[in-house]
Amino acid sequence: MKYTATVIALAVAAVLALMGAALGRDDLFRAHSGILFFILTAAAFFLLNRAPLSVPTDAGAIPFRGAGESSPAYIDGPIRYGVIATLFWGIVGFLVGIVIAAQLAWPDLNIEPYLNFGRLRPLHTSAVVFAFGGNALICTSFWVVQRTSRQKLFGGDLAWFVFWGYQLFIVLAATGYVIGVTQSREYAEPEWYVDLLLTIVWVAYLVVFLGTIMTRRESHIYVANWFYLSFIVTVAMLHVVNNLAVPVSFMGSKSYSAFAGVQDALTQWWYGHNAVGFFLTAGFLGMMYYFMPKQAGRPVYSYRLSIVHFWSLIFLYIWAGPHHLHYTALPDWAQTLGMVFSIMLWMPSWGGMINGLMTLSGAWDKVRTDPLIRMMVMALAFYGMSTFEGPMMSIKSINSLSHYTDWTIGHVHSGALGWVGMISFAAVYFLVPKLWARTQLYSLRMVNWHFWLATLGIVVYASVMWVSGITQGLMWREYDEQGFLVYSFAETVAAMHPYYALRVLGGGLYFLGALIMAYNIYQTIRGRVRDERPLVSLAPQPAE
Amino acid sequence: MDYNEFRHFADSWGLVYLFVLFVGILTYTFWPGGKKKADDAANIPLKDD
Repeated sequence: MKYTATVIALAVAAVLALMGAALGRDDLFRAHSGILFFILTAAAFFLLNRAPLSVPTDAGAIPFRGAGESSPAYIDGPIRYGVIATLFWGIVGFLVGIVIAAQLAWPDLNIEPYLNFGRLRPLHTSAVVFAFGGNALICTSFWVVQRTSRQKLFGGDLAWFVFWGYQLFIVLAATGYVIGVTQSREYAEPEWYVDLLLTIVWVAYLVVFLGTIMTRRESHIYVANWFYLSFIVTVAMLHVVNNLAVPVSFMGSKSYSAFAGVQDALTQWWYGHNAVGFFLTAGFLGMMYYFMPKQAGRPVYSYRLSIVHFWSLIFLYIWAGPHHLHYTALPDWAQTLGMVFSIMLWMPSWGGMINGLMTLSGAWDKVRTDPLIRMMVMALAFYGMSTFEGPMMSIKSINSLSHYTDWTIGHVHSGALGWVGMISFAAVYFLVPKLWARTQLYSLRMVNWHFWLATLGIVVYASVMWVSGITQGLMWREYDEQGFLVYSFAETVAAMHPYYALRVLGGGLYFLGALIMAYNIYQTIRGRVRDERPLVSLAPQPAE
Repeated sequence: MDYNEFRHFADSWGLVYLFVLFVGILTYTFWPGGKKKADDAANIPLKDD
């Protein structure tokens, strides 16, 4: 039997989970342990029943795992799983996003207690950031580091542990939110025992990635790997410090943070903003610096600019967090520091955007002929727009209008849907035919549909949130001549209704695009090619 | 070392350290002979498959 050690480890872990389910100090811990027990037991039985050698169903097809690697020099199995997981969690995350957007517009949709807004909102953020974005980062980083180091992933099956361990983290975090386990830290809601699991998985990820770089056969470390590595290392540091906490009991679901008061607030936003900076920016820039030159078939515009981009980005980003705490108990100098570093971030961000776009210099026709390039260009455009908007919003006087309003939500979605989403979609479209040894995607026309639905969805979402956010901000600060507030809070909420309804529409368009993608990818993996008119005819048109 | 000493160290020597490091990186990156090496590195993703 091939999986003896894994099955034994799963069985031991399942017994421990069962003990947690029986002896836990509180209901939530017992329930959560019970969920873990079922997952581990199911996984163990699945492996026990698995035939040692799976026979491909049709000749030439590459199974998810096993004999038919797309390239014998590299380990691509976890990447194939990762691509599927990226799509799956993306669709889950977008769907939950639509649900909570609808809950804000029509509060009757809050179904107590499991499916109310308070529990589904972290489910949405974690699903899109960590499950969709995280899987995209892990699988593309495994692809990029092998190709640019000319070396197999370090540690062999450790990459499988990283993949499955990360999925377990996602499932435990998600089920925890729904049943009510949370430590209430922004983007870091899982409680201490789930945090510990992620720490172990993340260290394994670092070992795989760094080990591959250290055993590389290419003398230079390509810039994409620098970005990926800074993402892995910084997220490890942020995760450990932000989650320093003392559990009430080793068999209980509750813990207390090591920090209190304003120090706690600053720690949370040091974490929170650098999650944006290193998870959603640096990691995806690594993706851009590999897939953009690859798809365009030409090297990055300026390699030296990419090095300056890297170092200035990581030197500056780490200080920007305090701009989330303007006009709070945080000392003024710290607020100003956060603002100044945020404004300085304009330069590396735009340097990087220009570097990416100029890679197409001399090949701009590809924007017309290649929907993948079009997606990457749109991703970079949104990277540029949201890294312009962000520093602007960090300026104290502008922040006094924008803070706590929907403008912030619009900003974060133009970055997340526009930049992170689009560059990930493009990377997945690039990878799937190569991973399953297909000559081409099932349909380029469907990629084009996806592109336009997603773009339209983002534009609707972001502009609606600008109007709603600025309206909200202006209504909150409206005083009459006697110094009384003109609007009650409930009036400002009522004024948001049409915008909240329109936001559901924007999210719906984006979701529809993702569904088309899933179908396209499914057919591509099956090896089908859609019978369709080519997207652009490359033959010269006759004069009329 | 109390809070004030620590902070003073950070906003003087810490600042100098990071600034010198950053200027050093820029100098290294734009050193005249580096062009060829940078062009080679830029072509790494295009070399295989």
